[in-house]
Amino acid sequence: MAATKPKAGAAGVSELAASVGLTDDDLIGMYRVIATARAVDERMWVLNRAGRIPFVISGQGHEDAQAAIAWPLEKRKDWIAPFYRSIATCLAFGMQARDILTAQYAKAIDLSSGGRQMPGHYGNVANNLVSLSSPVATQMLHAVGIALAAKLRKTGQVALTTMGEGSSNQGDVHEGLNFAAIHKLPFILCIENNGYAISVPVSKQLAVPDVAARASGYGIPGVIVDGADVLGCYRAAKEAVDRARRGEGPTLIEAKVIRLTAHSSDDQQTKYRSAEELADLQQQDPLPRFRKELRDAGVLTEELEATIAAEVKADIDAATDYAESAADPDPRTAMKWVFAEDWPGETPPTWGFGGGHGLEGHEGDTSAAEGAVD
Amino acid sequence: MALKTFIEAIRETMTEEMRRDESVILLGEDVGLKGGVFLATDGLFAEFGEDRVIDTPLSESMIIGTSIGAAMNGLRPIAEIQFADFIHPAFNQLVSEAARMRYRSNNGFGVPMTVRAPYGGGVHGALYHSQSVEAFFAHVPGLKVVIPSTPYDAAGLLRSSIRDDDPVLYFEHKKMYRSVRGDVPADDYLVPLGKAAITHPGTQITVLAYGLMAHYALEAADVVAEEGVSVEVVDLRTLRPLDKETVLSSVKKTGKCLIVYEDNRFLGYGAELSAIIAEEAFDYLDGPVSRVAGPDVPGVPYNHVLEDWFMVNPEKIADGIRKLAAY
Repeated sequence: MAATKPKAGAAGVSELAASVGLTDDDLIGMYRVIATARAVDERMWVLNRAGRIPFVISGQGHEDAQAAIAWPLEKRKDWIAPFYRSIATCLAFGMQARDILTAQYAKAIDLSSGGRQMPGHYGNVANNLVSLSSPVATQMLHAVGIALAAKLRKTGQVALTTMGEGSSNQGDVHEGLNFAAIHKLPFILCIENNGYAISVPVSKQLAVPDVAARASGYGIPGVIVDGADVLGCYRAAKEAVDRARRGEGPTLIEAKVIRLTAHSSDDQQTKYRSAEELADLQQQDPLPRFRKELRDAGVLTEELEATIAAEVKADIDAATDYAESAADPDPRTAMKWVFAEDWPGETPPTWGFGGGHGLEGHEGDTSAAEGAVD
Repeated sequence: MALKTFIEAIRETMTEEMRRDESVILLGEDVGLKGGVFLATDGLFAEFGEDRVIDTPLSESMIIGTSIGAAMNGLRPIAEIQFADFIHPAFNQLVSEAARMRYRSNNGFGVPMTVRAPYGGGVHGALYHSQSVEAFFAHVPGLKVVIPSTPYDAAGLLRSSIRDDDPVLYFEHKKMYRSVRGDVPADDYLVPLGKAAITHPGTQITVLAYGLMAHYALEAADVVAEEGVSVEVVDLRTLRPLDKETVLSSVKKTGKCLIVYEDNRFLGYGAELSAIIAEEAFDYLDGPVSRVAGPDVPGVPYNHVLEDWFMVNPEKIADGIRKLAAY
């Protein structure tokens, strides 16, 4: 991300930054990612409620852990297989607010899929972010395979995948951890445990309190971190990355996070979360906590905070305008990239490739999204 | 030219591809020291070592899923599923992931991966070592499905599959491994994906088949030839993408078509062939597009009498040809 002018501690390294071997630039960089992720997320909800985009799936409450855990990975060298809440992860790994918003609008220029996938399915080859599907936890095995290739090709790359604790119950997670552990692959699984799989609380998902406890079954470290503790998350991820690069194998990190929003724009969370719980959530928001930590350490001055806030807002306003005015994909491209080459044997539809089939005025129509993820 | 068995052609082609391109790796159950339960990978472990010939845990979804990831990071994996019957735990990885990766990423990512699996009955394999699974996968845009029938095609198509930039499912009829022999040139030839072959020219009836059934169709063609029926046998070789041109031009020439497949009849691969011919060659037809296919029971039964009842064979095909010829 664009480095902001750091509030100088001692030569740009405050005590806080030094405690984890980082610079103030890094901490400000993380803060900027977290703040951008939150702002873009909030913008998505506004656009959804205004009828401009059909569907939102949110990362609010996960951002601190996401930015911190992606931070020790090397951009455009290492790999991340993200999940649908990974906005801060993707921003930390090279995507821009504009790339998130063009995906929300599903425009032709959408970096992740050219408008083919639902919003939230981020990933692009330039940033080594694996394209994501909707059946959860499938990306686990892709990250393990990437790590296998890294080991065999001796590239020094590390592969990280992230998912919720709900996804951790899929068989692919077991199969992948087992294989990654056997071969000591440079692989990290990060579980962002927000306590809910849509509506199902963690007590109905796991027979043990922590996903991390499962790590011992594969003979690998399982680490639990407070997802609101940015430096703690960074420290755990750094250790896992170092371990992976040394050839010592995978690590499972479980970040305890909170889900500040409903599962998605089609979810009514008051059906399964009490008013009291929802009110209390705001008190636990990790973003103000990190901000305070940076202020207290003298890393974030009032002035810098205001500058970042203004820059983030300008960035997101510009990205919204850009995405809003960008072109929709052309139906004539809809049969491209089934395979690397065009194959004349694939039969086009009887109606050809013209418009006029519900394509006009699509933006305000949420019916297609309803129930598709819930 | 050397005479080779079907399985020798497959094994030697994998060996040559792994020598030629160090990004080619092999993974699957028992593929290493043991050389595979059919010995399709015999000797590869000794030559290429445990990094490139990987004995996996019994985790089919993992075999395919990690192959997808490895393919995205510079390798060209050959994933062996020990029996096609055991591919179903990997269905999600094949259908939701491998098949859609290129399309959903708007050509950002491709999955150059070959999945090999022995399929088919007639070998006392019962319900779970005899299945034909091609229809499940041929249905899915984004997957290529190859079923060779000769050692020559097995080698040429396997080379093309490994070098292809998209996922290819390469199914090998296990009854053919050691019972089918044929000439295989020593050179590095390719048989292109998506091209059928006319293996027996004829004028009155087109028989469409693949895999073991392509052999049985030839036997049946010889039988009915003595009765004065001229059959054109088309060996499809690649099921998807389908070589529609060869299929339709043969049917337009003969005016009659019999489709032969070992899989269950209902919604098997022949159902699509039949629909395409009905849609695109209707004016040329002189009889109903017909099928000789496996009965609609949930699997091939074990007892030899029951298995013989299930299996399509040259006699059953010849009967189908006679019926259509008389129409």
